[in-house]
Amino acid sequence: MLVAAKTGHLGPTVFRSIDRGRTWKEAAQPPAFRKATEGEKARAVERVFWLTAGHSSDPGGWYAGTAPAGLFRSRDAGDRWEPVAGFNDHPMNSRWAAGLATPDGELLHSILVDPRDAGHLYLAISVGGVFESRDGGRDWAPLNAGIEADFLPDSNAAFGHDPHCVELHPAMPDRLYQQNHCGIYRLDRPATTWTRIGKAMPKSVGDIGFPVVLHPKNPDVAWVVPMDGTTVWPRTSVGGKPAVYQTRDAGRSWRRQARGLPAKNAWFTVLRQAMCIDTRDGRGLYFGTTGGEVWASANGGETWRRIAEHLPEIYSVTLAI
Amino acid sequence: MHCTVKIPSPLRSYTGGVSSVTAHGATVAELLADLEQRFPGMRFRIIDEQDGIRPHIRFFAGSREVRDLTERMDGERVLHVICALSGG
Repeated sequence: MLVAAKTGHLGPTVFRSIDRGRTWKEAAQPPAFRKATEGEKARAVERVFWLTAGHSSDPGGWYAGTAPAGLFRSRDAGDRWEPVAGFNDHPMNSRWAAGLATPDGELLHSILVDPRDAGHLYLAISVGGVFESRDGGRDWAPLNAGIEADFLPDSNAAFGHDPHCVELHPAMPDRLYQQNHCGIYRLDRPATTWTRIGKAMPKSVGDIGFPVVLHPKNPDVAWVVPMDGTTVWPRTSVGGKPAVYQTRDAGRSWRRQARGLPAKNAWFTVLRQAMCIDTRDGRGLYFGTTGGEVWASANGGETWRRIAEHLPEIYSVTLAI
Repeated sequence: MHCTVKIPSPLRSYTGGVSSVTAHGATVAELLADLEQRFPGMRFRIIDEQDGIRPHIRFFAGSREVRDLTERMDGERVLHVICALSGG
């Protein structure tokens, strides 16, 4: 198990556990940018934001995404990390990762590895967009056609978008889902233009949020947690009434799932890494809130119950099976 | 030159709980390099990959604040590593 950590004083790092979390040891060489050359912008990792296990053919392989946006790789189960030069030093990097920060900084996240091909990778930057590599990270290209970006002057810009969370379906790796700052999208490769499936959400709820979680076997089934993205973007449960929305037809329609969740006056946020699914059967769903609660469903979101409270703000919920 | 380096509590997991260690060097950079040999990983917790002092970390040679790692200890025999009070 790996966990990204940062204290107020000591900067960002990664800790590893090989005994299911009983003890933790700091990485010998945490993610860090290479030393800047003269006249070059000096980048230093402010936080490690995202961790993704590598391809099954690459045991011990891990990827990390950071703020400011950087991609790093470990080949020894997270002990020593190296920058991925193909992305961090890409000739377009300064434009793709232009420092357009979210309230939590410029974040590199949603590092996805195609289960059929260890060299086929995706990543996302908030704010920057989705990018794809087909050669193990040596070269990258934007993949944002069809994604709206109402905060950009050019609605057809190739990059500069704000993906919040991108997921690739493990059983149908040509299918991607994306929860974006500007809606929910699906992309079925080899197509390159995303479709805004969030338009099928109720208008009164909208299609803004952070996580998108996929059923482990059925590529038509996914869940999102809508947040209030109106006016000043409070990013809390719409109307103070938290709800999960499920699609069973790849985003053509959505069902509200709120039984057991607070019926009113619950103004929490569910962050992009704070929701997960039991990959064995696709029925166990979990999410954590910025108010320190963990909610669980044993039946695919039909009913919910709170299983933990009084925790600190929850950044990430992951199931260890 | 040998100096005493005062270690703040957040860094003592690297020094085995010890709050005061001896290091060899004429500048702050040299002292930290010497400490890194014995306490691997500690330097990167207070100095980033561009050799910048991390926010909220301060160094004092005796009672004189040091903002440049190449600065010489200049006769001072104690380097204080301070986790600056940063609010709250």
